[in-house]
Amino acid sequence: MSTLIEARGLSVAYGPAAPVLTHVDFTLNPGEIVTIVGPNGSGKSTLLRALLGMVPASEGHVRRAPGLRVGYVPQKLHLDANLPLSVERFLRLTRKLDRDAVAHLLSRVGAPGLEARAMATLSGGQMQRVMLARALAGDPQLLVLDEPTQGLDQPGTAAFYRLIETVRQELGCAVLSVSHDLHVVMSASDRVVCLNGHVCCEGTPSVVSNAPEYRALFGLGTQGAFALYQHHHDHGADHPDHPHDHETCDHDH
Amino acid sequence: MIIDAFLLRALAAGLMAALAAAPLGCFVVWRRMAYFGDATAHAAILGVALALGFDLSIFVGTLVTAFAMALFVSALAGRGWAMDTTLGVLAHSALALGLVAASFLTGTRVDLTAFLFGDILTVRPSELWGMAAGTLGVLALMAWRWEALLTATISEDLALSLGVKPERERLILTLALALAVAVSLKVVGALLIGALLVVPPATARVFARSPERMAVGAVFVAALAVVAGLGASLTWDTPAGPSIVVAAATLFVAALSVGSLSSDRRAR
Repeated sequence: MSTLIEARGLSVAYGPAAPVLTHVDFTLNPGEIVTIVGPNGSGKSTLLRALLGMVPASEGHVRRAPGLRVGYVPQKLHLDANLPLSVERFLRLTRKLDRDAVAHLLSRVGAPGLEARAMATLSGGQMQRVMLARALAGDPQLLVLDEPTQGLDQPGTAAFYRLIETVRQELGCAVLSVSHDLHVVMSASDRVVCLNGHVCCEGTPSVVSNAPEYRALFGLGTQGAFALYQHHHDHGADHPDHPHDHETCDHDH
Repeated sequence: MIIDAFLLRALAAGLMAALAAAPLGCFVVWRRMAYFGDATAHAAILGVALALGFDLSIFVGTLVTAFAMALFVSALAGRGWAMDTTLGVLAHSALALGLVAASFLTGTRVDLTAFLFGDILTVRPSELWGMAAGTLGVLALMAWRWEALLTATISEDLALSLGVKPERERLILTLALALAVAVSLKVVGALLIGALLVVPPATARVFARSPERMAVGAVFVAALAVVAGLGASLTWDTPAGPSIVVAAATLFVAALSVGSLSSDRRAR
């Protein structure tokens, strides 16, 4: 199986300031769910953008599978109240979709009947579902979510991630997301990449959550919540040889 | 009834300004660029002074100066300057500099009030051609880039992920804005171009249910304001440019009243 996205020695800098990302190696395989976690300012969103070619690499290179179909769910939209935009029109932006296709997409994300609603009047959860519907319209091989549950409460976040898992099962697409909702995200991930300007550690959720680098970054505060679903994912412990990059971790805590 | 040729020319000029300003004005409203539009328009006065000084076409002079101003502001914004203050400094400086520069031009009997407040009744046939070209330019840019402009307005990240470059779309808007300023200068004047950009879309917003309908509605509102304003100007001998803006503002208030009435009824 060929990889969907591969980055080698990727560095990204905005202007003359110190680079946001340095020497990141990253691979994404078809069908994988990978979550990038890291504290604020750790370059999570930048990595996502660089992998999609939205910002240029200052060093290293990114290779995407030719013709890769990406469905991108951006962070919250900041719509001006003076822009009259219905859900249906939003779904049709730069895409030709007939009425049935729009209805199908909306019911698929659990938001049927929202076609005529104005985007500005949607709740946070509805907005995320509509953005997901948009991302699904192109039958993506890769779904990319940039902090998709910002502003959702915990049940809303959990419901949204369950939806992502369902969609993933139907489509078989890979899912690459960025989040700081650590405990909820981790339960759904095949692999977690812990980022702080560089890759601190990566591996299955349980490997990462027990890694000293991860604990140094996030403390032990999430342990209680994490334990809730630990039993679903303790298979990580069966693979002690899973990629787990202690050596590269040289940041100061 | 005899309709004078000058009146027909005034009407044509006004309608072209409406066509150029209204759809573009929607983006000015959606992207909260009202002050940016003002700065670009005020720079047109500097363009007039330069055009007179170097004996160039006023249309070309205002177009180039407005475009340069818009590019300059965009560049400063890209460097992280606070937009509100930057625009305030630039808009008024360009206006003052233009007025001072014009005062150095000896031997010209040019009345700058015509460019500050518009002088639609003195539009010459030769000027109409430049305005027509400018209007077609704006409309072509809008039609060509509509979907991309809209996407970049809704979310720059979403646009990037679809291969739409937000900086490119911003440049296209900037160019369209400079064209619209050059077209509208003789109609409502540099000081009121901002109103022509913002008031018709704001009026159309009350009833519009899609971006496209808002743009088309804004064109109708602007055209109606031009006709009503010109009529008022002839009837009561008021200045044409400000009369057009007053007409647009009246339509805005009327739309708001009708809109709130009908939403009250819906709420009941």
